[in-house]
Amino acid sequence: MKAKHQRLVLVIIALVAIIGAGLLAAWSLRNQANYFYLPEQMASAPPEVGQAVRLGGMVKAGSIKTEADGVTVNFLVTGNTADAIPVRYSGILPDLFVENSGVVAEGSLGPDGVFMATNLLAKHDENYVPKELEGMGTDQAAKMAAETTVGLK
Amino acid sequence: MIPEIGLAALWLAAALAVLQMVSGAFALKAAEGAVNPLAIYARPAAVVQAFLAVLAFLMLLWSFAITDLSIKLVASNSHSMKPLLYKLTGTWGNHEGSMLLWVGVLALSGGLLAGFEKRLPERTMGATLAVQGFVALGFYAFLLLSSNPFERLPVPAAEGTGLNPLLQDIGLAIHPPTLYAGYVGLSVAFSLAMGALLTNQVNPSFARVLRPWVLGAWVLLTFGITAGSYWAYYELGWGGWWFWDPVENASLMPWLAATALMHSVSVLAARDALRTWTIMLGVLAFSMSMLGTFLVRSGVLTSVHAFAVDPERGAFILGLLGLYIGGAFTIFALRAGAVAEGKRFAIASREGALVFNNVMLSAILAIVLLGTLYPLLTEVFDVRVSVGPPYFNPAGAIFAIPMLLVMAVGPLLRWKSDKPARLQFELALIASLVIGVIALVSFFGQFPLLPLLGLGLAAALAVAAFLPLRGRNLARVPVATWGMVLAHFGIAVSLFGMACEGAFSQERLAAVAPGGTEQIGDFAVTLESVTPVAGPNWTAIEARLAVSRDGGEPVILNPQARNFWSPPQSTSESALLTRWDGQLYAVIGNQAEDGRWQIRVWWKPFVTFIWYGGLLIALGGILAIAGRVKVDVKRRAAVTKGAERRADVEALDVASPVPAE
Repeated sequence: MKAKHQRLVLVIIALVAIIGAGLLAAWSLRNQANYFYLPEQMASAPPEVGQAVRLGGMVKAGSIKTEADGVTVNFLVTGNTADAIPVRYSGILPDLFVENSGVVAEGSLGPDGVFMATNLLAKHDENYVPKELEGMGTDQAAKMAAETTVGLK
Repeated sequence: MIPEIGLAALWLAAALAVLQMVSGAFALKAAEGAVNPLAIYARPAAVVQAFLAVLAFLMLLWSFAITDLSIKLVASNSHSMKPLLYKLTGTWGNHEGSMLLWVGVLALSGGLLAGFEKRLPERTMGATLAVQGFVALGFYAFLLLSSNPFERLPVPAAEGTGLNPLLQDIGLAIHPPTLYAGYVGLSVAFSLAMGALLTNQVNPSFARVLRPWVLGAWVLLTFGITAGSYWAYYELGWGGWWFWDPVENASLMPWLAATALMHSVSVLAARDALRTWTIMLGVLAFSMSMLGTFLVRSGVLTSVHAFAVDPERGAFILGLLGLYIGGAFTIFALRAGAVAEGKRFAIASREGALVFNNVMLSAILAIVLLGTLYPLLTEVFDVRVSVGPPYFNPAGAIFAIPMLLVMAVGPLLRWKSDKPARLQFELALIASLVIGVIALVSFFGQFPLLPLLGLGLAAALAVAAFLPLRGRNLARVPVATWGMVLAHFGIAVSLFGMACEGAFSQERLAAVAPGGTEQIGDFAVTLESVTPVAGPNWTAIEARLAVSRDGGEPVILNPQARNFWSPPQSTSESALLTRWDGQLYAVIGNQAEDGRWQIRVWWKPFVTFIWYGGLLIALGGILAIAGRVKVDVKRRAAVTKGAERRADVEALDVASPVPAE
């Protein structure tokens, strides 16, 4: 092998490996990336059963129910519309997980339409909001408040 | 007064960085062997700059120590009631302070390079210092123009707002400074690589100058990542040891590049091959550490680590990132063709194995990089995704498994060219260990694929790590070779820990009434009581768990759920029971309506091996540095001795002329 050739061969091998890695990454990112759903999106176009996704919204007032084992909770997550997604979670709840507060549930949709959460992200403190809920700013919150207080007039 | 001294020192240091850059650039104009009269200022400028930048950092440290609340940074990140240790670590537990630490370390390493490195030709040194000055200048500008750490408040605050309680931990005291020092070590490697490229000095003696910096940076990164992983493990209370969090990836990517660079530098030093490749990796490693700084410091990621939520700063760092990386790759593209081809080698040779693994490391780097940036890219198009273990684990493993196999064989091969047939025994041993262990473990149960492969590879690697010592006189093996053996063995130990954690972990989650007992593995966990406790700046609910293994003497564990009041935040303090063969990890949760307490307990066999392995890898790196330094000191002593002897002979020659024969 000539000297010039060896460098060329090395460059080609390296390029092939890096491009291969890039293609592999692009392909598996499309399959494995964890998409974020709002409750209304999940109601209208649900993800496949078992596919890992995240669901973000507000914990519906009065919907938190703890099962007899003391560690499994069921609750409803609502968004900007009337759609509410039932969520089931076994584990230690985040400290600021309360009704009418933002939550992001990681997990997948079960065959029975219940979202099986493997992890819950709630607000860490009053300054930290899960990234996905930042978009739900004051105007949306006000809209949501307006919708929920219609009957009080 | 103290903060003004710090600020003045920073401005002066910035001015000296300009001098260093200009004066260093003049060195390039000098003819071969000659010294440009304007080039002599670069070295002193770098040394004085180091003193000034370190002084500025010490001034800030002092301000935090005495909690000077007239400084905005102290007021918004510290609190007079905090323990002194956390007051001090709070100095770099925020955006401005950590950037000041970064430039302090950068200037210090520039000063060390200028002060002690005498092996390089003056022109190369000048170019290196010019690049180093240019890099430093960008960061001084960033600090002084957009994040001045010494800014005063118009009216001193009555009390500070405190530090994020997650960061009030000894892990924080060591984790960021080691990572920063590692990043910065890579910046010196980058400057050296640029200097050598500009002056066409890419050769083994340059590699020997570069090597300690790369090794040092790599050791610090290894240590920083290990410490960070353990910190996340016990502090976040989720029982995981690696989350593929963007901030973790930001430290992993420079490590991958540095690992490749370190091996490639060794080839350049020993064999004068892989010249351009080494320079390319030097640029890549520095780009990754810049990218890491950008990801962590700009606030593009919302996580515990992203203190800065300020788009102006983000834009500034992005600009610096573009300038340095773009500039570096431009110089590389223009000059790489001028670097002469190095020595050639066959595919089946130690160089060949190293090149293969270099490529695999780069491919893993590409996988991690794309996975980390993908959510940021999609967010631009308003699609929110997160990328986690289901992507990183298999995609990374595709390249990691061949890399680990080649790593087992590589050190056994000869330089330049070798016949695989010579290694029949070793190859058969490695293959049979991988297959044997996988078969044995699968016999006992059903386990996920990756941990299973990990167990097989770990066993083979552990044995293969020591094979290079076979048939050698152990007393005469160089220290640096011991370093390699130890680091490779550390990979095996760490892999074993990861695989065991993945395959054999057990978890128990239950609501327990006081007095109740739960069984996990061999352990019986009894909840004795739950009591409120208070610390200096927090209150907590503390559980008293009596843990006994196989009915033996019970040990008490005290996991807590803490509430900090400044800033108000709650954290879960896990309790760990460490045994030689694993760790029991306990967390307390909320109280259920019926009065029972949620308890979550994991038994993680051999999980500690992950971090023992990390420490072994770092120790291997330290041994490699020690070995090189030892050789260098010996060489210098020999040179001095030789010079003395020559002087003696010359003196004798003058005294008594050589008799005619």
